[in-house]
Amino acid sequence: MHIWQHSFQMPNSDRYLRGDDCFSEVIEMLLRASCSAEILHHHIAAVEKLPLTTSGCPLVIQCKNFRIVHFVVPRERDCHDVYNSLLQLSRTAKYEELYAFSYNPKQNESEQVKGWQLIDLAEEYKRMGVPNDYWQLSDANRDYKICETYPRDLYVPRTASKPIIVGSSKFRSKGRFPVLSYYHKDKKAAICRCSQPLSGFSARCLEDEHMLQAISKANPSNRYMYVMDTRPKLNAMANRAAGKGYENEDNYSNIRFQFVGIENIHVMRSSLQKLLEVSGTKGLSVNDFLSGLESSGWLRHIKAVLDAAVFLVKAIAVESASVLVHCSDGWDRTSQVCSLGALLLDSYYRTIKGFMVLIEKDWISFGHKFSDRCCQLDGDPKEISPVFTQFLESVWNLMEQFPQAFEYNEAFLLQIHEHVHSCQFGNFLGNCQKEREELKLKEKTYSLWPFLLDEQKKYQNPLYSPDFSPELTLLEPNTVSFNFKFWRNMYHQFDRSMHPRQSVYDLIMNMSEQNKQLEKDIKELEAKIKQKNGQPDAVLMKEHQQSAHPAPMALKTPPCFKKEQPLIPVNDAVRTIEGSNTADNRYSEFMEEFSKAEPAVVSLEYGVARMTC
Amino acid sequence: MEFAELIKTPRADNAVLHGPRCPAVRGTLCLTGHHLIFSSRRRERGEELWLLHANIDCVEKRFAGSLGTIVIKCKDLRIIQLDIPGMEECLNIASSIEALSTLDSVTLMYPFFYRPMFEVVEDGWRSYLPEQEFELLSSVTDEWRLSCVNKEFSVCPSYPPVVTVPKSIDDEALRKVALFRYGGRFPVLSYYHKKNGMVMMRSSQPLTGTNGRRCKEDEKLINATLRPGKRGYIIDTRSLNVAQQARAKGGGFEQEVYYPQWRRIHKCIERFNILQESLIKLVEACNDQSHNMDRWLSKLEASNWLTHIKEILTAACLAAQCIDREGASVLVHGTEGTDSTLQVTSLAQIILDPRCRTIRGFEALVVREWLQAGHPFQLRCAQSAYSNTKQKWEAPVFLLFLDCVWQILRQFPCSFEFNEQFLIMLFEHAYASQFGTFLGNNENERSKLKLQQKTMSLWSWVNRSEELGKFKNPLFEANSLVIWPSVAPQSLQLWEGVFLRWNRPSKFLDEAQEEMLNIINYNRELQAKVNALRRQLAELETDDRMQENL
Repeated sequence: MHIWQHSFQMPNSDRYLRGDDCFSEVIEMLLRASCSAEILHHHIAAVEKLPLTTSGCPLVIQCKNFRIVHFVVPRERDCHDVYNSLLQLSRTAKYEELYAFSYNPKQNESEQVKGWQLIDLAEEYKRMGVPNDYWQLSDANRDYKICETYPRDLYVPRTASKPIIVGSSKFRSKGRFPVLSYYHKDKKAAICRCSQPLSGFSARCLEDEHMLQAISKANPSNRYMYVMDTRPKLNAMANRAAGKGYENEDNYSNIRFQFVGIENIHVMRSSLQKLLEVSGTKGLSVNDFLSGLESSGWLRHIKAVLDAAVFLVKAIAVESASVLVHCSDGWDRTSQVCSLGALLLDSYYRTIKGFMVLIEKDWISFGHKFSDRCCQLDGDPKEISPVFTQFLESVWNLMEQFPQAFEYNEAFLLQIHEHVHSCQFGNFLGNCQKEREELKLKEKTYSLWPFLLDEQKKYQNPLYSPDFSPELTLLEPNTVSFNFKFWRNMYHQFDRSMHPRQSVYDLIMNMSEQNKQLEKDIKELEAKIKQKNGQPDAVLMKEHQQSAHPAPMALKTPPCFKKEQPLIPVNDAVRTIEGSNTADNRYSEFMEEFSKAEPAVVSLEYGVARMTC
Repeated sequence: MEFAELIKTPRADNAVLHGPRCPAVRGTLCLTGHHLIFSSRRRERGEELWLLHANIDCVEKRFAGSLGTIVIKCKDLRIIQLDIPGMEECLNIASSIEALSTLDSVTLMYPFFYRPMFEVVEDGWRSYLPEQEFELLSSVTDEWRLSCVNKEFSVCPSYPPVVTVPKSIDDEALRKVALFRYGGRFPVLSYYHKKNGMVMMRSSQPLTGTNGRRCKEDEKLINATLRPGKRGYIIDTRSLNVAQQARAKGGGFEQEVYYPQWRRIHKCIERFNILQESLIKLVEACNDQSHNMDRWLSKLEASNWLTHIKEILTAACLAAQCIDREGASVLVHGTEGTDSTLQVTSLAQIILDPRCRTIRGFEALVVREWLQAGHPFQLRCAQSAYSNTKQKWEAPVFLLFLDCVWQILRQFPCSFEFNEQFLIMLFEHAYASQFGTFLGNNENERSKLKLQQKTMSLWSWVNRSEELGKFKNPLFEANSLVIWPSVAPQSLQLWEGVFLRWNRPSKFLDEAQEEMLNIINYNRELQAKVNALRRQLAELETDDRMQENL
């Protein structure tokens, strides 16, 4: 089921599968007819035609939210046409054609403006405690002159003068010089981020060295600082041949240099590809699944990302040392490690609002290339990579280990993932802030965050307890391999038969929601009773009544008694067992023979096509 | 007492205990006939450790100078380490533990010495009798009867004295069928599906041999369970290949010609040492925290544990499907009919019968389909994952069953009256217990050991309200539906509560669990309060009206 159909009012359907040609209208009808399987064009990752079968021509649509839809179109020519129009529709050439530019949630202008103001990064830096004696706001990048892919407002050490900044930026790939990402008030230590230095085999840059020194001096608790190169050492060394590379410890005073070995976007892309191939296999055996999971390397990469974050957090929490994080360009792995590090250190980022801030800060404003990585426009397929998905999966892993530490739940992560790809809101469009400003996104599109906040009830973790344990301010996850699990709810979100048929989580969520209502009811009732008892004769009467004949009272049904039992039903849908169907599960090779009555394929009224979800 | 001879050194001071997930504690170690007791001087911190010798799977010694170290690996998969000063003391203690944990005679086991500290409200030995079960059955059908043909355990040594068979088959025929089935395990009723009157029977393999022997009584017996014109399914828990090979040893399978109304389906559920190996590999993988991701996943895969889970669950689902969806009766057997057969029949009942998902219903199921049905607990559970003495007949058959139940429980968390702890408790007691329930290999041995008179039943203890509270699932809501679990690999999970229990910190998970309980309890409290207030208000309002009327 299409998740955001539940979340928002059905947006106008222009962007749903519908084209000028009649074939996609057929498709659209089919989709509508069959359990509201709405697919946004932007969600289509790949369309594939399979070899002709007796029943028709199978068409498989793979979506970016990991949904897979199979069609069987009876005539091959139709299938071919549908295929072509889907391909065209899913490939957008211009930003202005994306859904966000036509999406109209019936907000007025001031609501739209307010929505975009919901997350205020200046406010966030203030919350962290900057500017202060050591850190200041720099106006060096006010006009995106020093670095196009950075935001306008950057925080740097007070001692880093403009010439140092300019010099350092010239020595860093894409001009992404070291700036503040997170400031830890108590430890006075900072997480800084940048891109790789253009050191080649021997080049050095005094300004850059000064810049790093300024960062370490901005931390009175520890004069040493860590420089984390999040790449595998081999990759970093190979970069030297291209005039890039990594910091030479001899040239920088007081740094400790460390590689942490997260693979690059290409490795991640093919890893996910392999993972999806395995998980999409029909009739998968346990061993094929496990060995496929292993050879995809996916969980290994997730572990590497979390291990890097843990390393960073230890440097700050244990040694009070500042850390500078970079990879190659400083917008993929660097974003992962900086944001996860901050999430482990600061419980604010484990609140719903805080998580939005974190994504705005470390991902959107610092120029994670959402457009390229999520293939919003028809572009270079080699730029596509599930870097942000990995970040969400790492957070999910932390939620599994610390069920009470997060205000939000898994559905929140899934919903954000959905919208990173849906192009329905402006937040994730484009590759950097400069581009977003040029697109005038704040005027032409809407921000996702107010919509998520509006329905935050759905995303609240009922077990969340913000202050149940002081040690929870700092999360120290256990990254032993067996703690990392396959994220079924992400990669099989739409395969209902694989999920538990009853959800403890939903039940508890409903209950805790119900508890609030009950508390209110009790207050009201008590007030009413008090009011009644306030009339002295009533009190008398009541006592008299109770002793006289209490029994018939209970039998009568006075008006306010109606709701007695059951009170507010704890959402029945949660308790009923859905999808309990033998046909969903392949218990036997005799299945075909057995399940005549329940075909796995849903036949549709038109008789033109059949579809399975 | 003879234990005294085995205890060379009864006590060691200044020993240091390294338990899983807790700091080392210094204290005194004592050995008694049945327990290893460690008490720390800092009482306020560490509780005393009481470890049943029977729970010890393997003992290893190491020496560094005069300091000896004993590593004790338990059947519940826990590993503890004891540092004992003095080489001789250490050696003595190690060999004492070894001797005490490998007593030959059943009658020396702790259950024969255990005196309960609680008041016995209900004698568990009499909680689940075949007669009661039959009474339930006869209220819905009269096609079955209780047979006492095995009263003296002479027809089938591994069957209980009374079994349920088709009414139309007399004891004489049963005796003949028993000769045609391995170990005398003739087909008996395992489950009656009230919804459609279909049944599940179980037996052992037929002794057809290479020349295709047949037995008319056998054919008649199992045909007696079919409705006119209906077909049934025989689920053989062995692959066709294995079943064919069994003929060479005098075993075999039902041939189509003689059983035309039955369709045979082969499912491959592994047995014995393959399962034991699987458990050993799995536990080894879980205990090594240094594995990188690839190694962990490949070790998990190589253990094949989850594959076994999937196979067993699939076969059980198939049996349930035949009964509920196809409206056909089913006969389940493998070779002996004491292992994979019981896994399939008992799991199918959990899927089909809501009663088996209650605490008492599940206990009854364990008694009926495992204890009375003659699963050789003593042989299978003699050792667990750490033992060096690998015997052919040791196998975690029951643990696999519990794991499968846990998988279903996870998929239907509101459909079971019991929780995960209940399953873990059964696992522990199957391997080492103060109760007599799991002693012996069948009812015959149990009656010879006079367990009912000499030992306490596990159920006497569990079914007390003080204990039951721990095992109740707060989310339970009875439903009468058939529950079909998913057997996709993505839906199956490692049972962390057993296999990672001692290896991962569970503090945050436990606290979350507690919070969940709080929410549920608070919800009940509030509901009750709202109801009471509404009633009170209603009364007040009626009073008003009555007053007006006056």
